[in-house]
Amino acid sequence: MSTVRTAAERGRPSFETPGARKPDTVKIVSFLLLLATTFTMLLPLFFMVSTSLKSSREMLKFPPTFIPETWSFGNYLEIFDTLQFGTLYKNSLIVAAMSVLGTLISSALVAYGFARYRGRGNNIWFMLLLSTMMLPYPAIMVPQFILFSKLQWIDTFLPLIVPAFFGSAYNIFLLRQFFLTLPDDLFDAGRMDGCSELRIWYKIALPLSGPALATVAIFAFIYSWNDLLTPVLYLSSSEHFTLPIGMSSLTSSRFRIPPWHLLMVASVLAMVPIVTLFAVAQKQFVEGIVLTGIKS
Amino acid sequence: MYLFISPWIIGFLVFALYPILSSLYFSFTDYDIIHPPEFIGLANYREMFQNELFWQSVRVTLKFTFISVPVQLLLALGFALLLNQKIPLRGFFRTAMYFPSMVSGVAMSLLWYWIFNPQIGLFNYMLSWFGIRGPAWLMDPDTALYALIIMTFWTAGSGMILFLAGLQGVPSSLVEAARLDGAGRFKIFVHVVLPMISPVLLFQLIMGIIDSFQVFTQAYVMTQGGPNYSTWFYVYNLYTSAFKEYRAGYSSALAWVLLIAVMLCTALIMKLSNRFVHYEGGGRR
Repeated sequence: MSTVRTAAERGRPSFETPGARKPDTVKIVSFLLLLATTFTMLLPLFFMVSTSLKSSREMLKFPPTFIPETWSFGNYLEIFDTLQFGTLYKNSLIVAAMSVLGTLISSALVAYGFARYRGRGNNIWFMLLLSTMMLPYPAIMVPQFILFSKLQWIDTFLPLIVPAFFGSAYNIFLLRQFFLTLPDDLFDAGRMDGCSELRIWYKIALPLSGPALATVAIFAFIYSWNDLLTPVLYLSSSEHFTLPIGMSSLTSSRFRIPPWHLLMVASVLAMVPIVTLFAVAQKQFVEGIVLTGIKS
Repeated sequence: MYLFISPWIIGFLVFALYPILSSLYFSFTDYDIIHPPEFIGLANYREMFQNELFWQSVRVTLKFTFISVPVQLLLALGFALLLNQKIPLRGFFRTAMYFPSMVSGVAMSLLWYWIFNPQIGLFNYMLSWFGIRGPAWLMDPDTALYALIIMTFWTAGSGMILFLAGLQGVPSSLVEAARLDGAGRFKIFVHVVLPMISPVLLFQLIMGIIDSFQVFTQAYVMTQGGPNYSTWFYVYNLYTSAFKEYRAGYSSALAWVLLIAVMLCTALIMKLSNRFVHYEGGGRR
């Protein structure tokens, strides 16, 4: 019997698909099904990596080869010349890091406010907050564009970063749910000791919120790292491009045949920060999702 | 207390409320961003409802949503149920299935554009193993949208994670009790498990619909809305009229129709779901 368990399972009574106790046909069929789906899911990824290591001639071969005939590790250096990959990567990292910072500070602050004070006025604001979770960005992008162009922010990173410092509804909601699970005694104790609310927030509430904050940081990072629409609207010169817009601009503009092998290199490298984040924070992330109870 | 929530209140007023209200105003004007807006009443809305491209974008988006969201949810739930057993390699399966969700939208679009290539792509090559001659996928107006729908199934892993978290919240005592009462697998699933995870299902359904009303990346990177407008998504239409044709007034009208559609859809699902969704402890939200 396997002992692979998530952090979430540990120590909490959990439901198992009924009848799972004895090894039976259901389990064998499940295993085979899982094997087949996993294979199908991983195949495109495998193809992405293998294409990234092919030469420009081999990538156009039919039938496509699964293992490169000649390993062109040079591709991984070439993209820094041909595609200005270093600039794209650096820009994306700057924007994502600033967005994560902004989202963490503002969302944690606002969520704490919503969790600790639940007066009537606050309830109205909270309902508003929930309703903005459903607000589609495309519905507000035109006036926002006009606003930011009046501020002379076009072709700067500001439109991509500044809104993050005012909190994002989804992350505020997530953190509020978490703060609600913290016992009141903690905060009362802090107040007895004469701490200001702000001090209680960063001395008591934040240190206890590791998993929830990690979850929010991951969400914010992924959102910013993958965002295409906002950069398409606001960034016009290629030295300001982030990864998504830089990569998509390469399919059409400068090449007669898009350099697919290099684009696959870019795709692989674009995944690296996200995979790393998950690997490092996986335990906290899963805990965060369970604790904050996304289901409610 | 307002000290704490003030960043969001300011953000809400500046980045949400002000844009919503001004786009409502713009939607009644003829506005090219450079010259001042000129009031023209309902003309934008009248034009929209007579515009063939608008209706095409609505058809494309609805078709995409109605196929991709339910199938993706079923796949995610199915995978989660399979993985919620004590099975060898369980951790590996879970990670492997979630992996595609870590690929960014643009990278995924580029990868699948390449996979769907009719001449040298992986998809048709693998179909040929089974003696099937695949269509031209993204090059063919009849199949382009289906290709994009197939692509969404690849990321079912992210929904699976949420379902798994939900399944692990189902108390084993409940399942045990049902089993002692002689309920079979299927009955336990329908009467015990499904009600317990119905909030997760509802959450994912609403978020899935809202997300697929806003599909942009695939249309922008892979098809530019083509061929022959077969992937002319609603938001791509909005983007084109705002930032290619500089019609801020008309696109604001499009934005408001989207906003209303999202609100109506959410309200409708919430209302219908009241009867089916079970909240622990009698519906604290």
